[in-house]
Amino acid sequence: MSSFSVTEPSAPQKWFAGTLVVLYAVITILPLLWIIGTGFKSPSDAIAYPPKTFFEPTLEGYVNLFTTRTRVSEEQLKEMGEPKTWYERLVRKDGLIIAGPSRFPERFYNSVIIGFGSTVLCIVLGTAAAYAFSRFKVPLKDDLLFFILSTRMMPPIAVAIPIFLMFRSLGLNDTHAGMILLYTAVNLSLSVWLLKGFIDEIPIEYEEAALIDGYTRFQAFYKVVLPQAATGIASTAIFCLIFAWNEYAFAVLLTSGTAQTAPPFIPTIIGVGGQDWPAVAAGATLFLVPVMVFTILLRKHLLRGITFGAVRK
Amino acid sequence: MLHSSIDRAAHATPPVLARRIRGLSDRAIAWIFVAPSIVLLLAINIFPLIWTVRLSFTNFRVNRPNEPVQFVGLRNYLNILTDKDIWLTMQATAHFLIWTIVLQVLIGFALAYLINKKFRGNDLWTTIIVLPMMLSPAVVGNFWTFLYQPQIGLFNYAIGFLTGADPSSFSMIGDTSLAPWAIIIVDTWMWTPFVMLICLAGLRSIPSSIYEAAECDRASSWRQFWTITIPMVLPFLMLAILFRGIENFKMFDLVVQLTGGGPGSITELTSINLKREAFEKWRTGYASAYAVILFVTVFGLASIYVKALNKVKQR
Repeated sequence: MSSFSVTEPSAPQKWFAGTLVVLYAVITILPLLWIIGTGFKSPSDAIAYPPKTFFEPTLEGYVNLFTTRTRVSEEQLKEMGEPKTWYERLVRKDGLIIAGPSRFPERFYNSVIIGFGSTVLCIVLGTAAAYAFSRFKVPLKDDLLFFILSTRMMPPIAVAIPIFLMFRSLGLNDTHAGMILLYTAVNLSLSVWLLKGFIDEIPIEYEEAALIDGYTRFQAFYKVVLPQAATGIASTAIFCLIFAWNEYAFAVLLTSGTAQTAPPFIPTIIGVGGQDWPAVAAGATLFLVPVMVFTILLRKHLLRGITFGAVRK
Repeated sequence: MLHSSIDRAAHATPPVLARRIRGLSDRAIAWIFVAPSIVLLLAINIFPLIWTVRLSFTNFRVNRPNEPVQFVGLRNYLNILTDKDIWLTMQATAHFLIWTIVLQVLIGFALAYLINKKFRGNDLWTTIIVLPMMLSPAVVGNFWTFLYQPQIGLFNYAIGFLTGADPSSFSMIGDTSLAPWAIIIVDTWMWTPFVMLICLAGLRSIPSSIYEAAECDRASSWRQFWTITIPMVLPFLMLAILFRGIENFKMFDLVVQLTGGGPGSITELTSINLKREAFEKWRTGYASAYAVILFVTVFGLASIYVKALNKVKQR
């Protein structure tokens, strides 16, 4: 674009716009940096007034996140001798000993299993359905597509009652399998709509050529279409994963013990005497940072993902 | 086009080869590919929905399975629609919906407009602004209760620093007059980037030739903004409002973690209220009727809105 173009903003305009946007970005990122920072604060630094921007970093929050601790008397503490590990030493400082591991790793693991399990299912079912919707004359196509989208409009709580009853009678309450099926159903609308958009963009001539060369439909699908749609499938998968990862309403209603995911668990982390904010922040950091990384990786497809493919750049 | 080329190829080849080319018929493949998804959605979305509708006409309670279930007709529906507390809940939801949409549209559009000035590094800053949107609302909402603490919270400290007020003199979550704004602020913080991204796509879709033509006609930049920019971005903006409207009508996770509906029931949005009826008071039949009313409301409003949106698009 030439420098005389009327649509190119002038230098002062750019400066003005840039300053305002950077200001907003700094304000908006501050709470996130605060979460990460609080994870490395000692409990007393975390609740200091005025709030501390600079502090001596400690891993106490992370130790507290992964362990349960009990208070012991000083004599008992002396009898136990010198602490053997660095984390023992951190805990002993407050007159506590480590009683055992916390439930956080299990909850995190549940999130991983359920997130990845539902994502894989969602992609397999979604790719097949999207391919059919994109390439074949499916009867009532528009109605089916709208039906798939409309399942997203339901408030989760509204269908939670019968799902709760249904899962209870099937023995799926509080199980990985139940949650994987549920999250697959929740994210299927997203996966079908997004993937249909991506497959629509692949020229149909490739498959025609393959069919004429003697490929069957299935062969044409997985040897020609799938490789072409790989980027689209990957970004759809990340969206499904993030949404399953973040889901809270179903998780809090349908899981309590064995299959509970991290989002309902993290807010319940309580220390000795009040909420243990550094531990909560440590848990939140471990939970949120992977999503931030994925968001940065996805930035080109972000708009498409969050609008179900309605807006493409 | 596809069919004809396959058919032509099939007719021109011997029958054995033709069968190999076509394999299963397209129709069969289409059904094999679509059926699993439809079955899953029927089982986990539609079946429960029908069950909800059925339960809504009864006095069933999950925690009392041995009591006889009675058909009560429309009594649940009448009770809900004449319940004052439910109308208060609806008002709280409307307040939340309207203000989050207004704020997110204004700030989101302004940001998109500024980013579209293409200053250096705009991509990087856009990515940073977008981050809150993808995070878990429950986990983030929980952490915001820490930022909102009267004495030690960062938010109160920042407000105190800027306005000179005493940071311990107000509690965003504890004060009845502030709590509705506490949830609006966090939701706006999280979701403004969503509106911003959609507006940005809208702004970037406007061909620069239109502005050049307007410049030739000596239209002022103010005039260009109102007669070119706004009308061209409007369909995008309306789509953003649709998404935000539906999502915030369903709002549950963020607010439950932030205020839990309190203080009192000032921030008890419909989903939270419904959860209370269904999973704390265990009034299953009543809650089912409530769920049906909510679903019909959101579906009805969305359909009307989509009609309006299509009209704007056609212009």
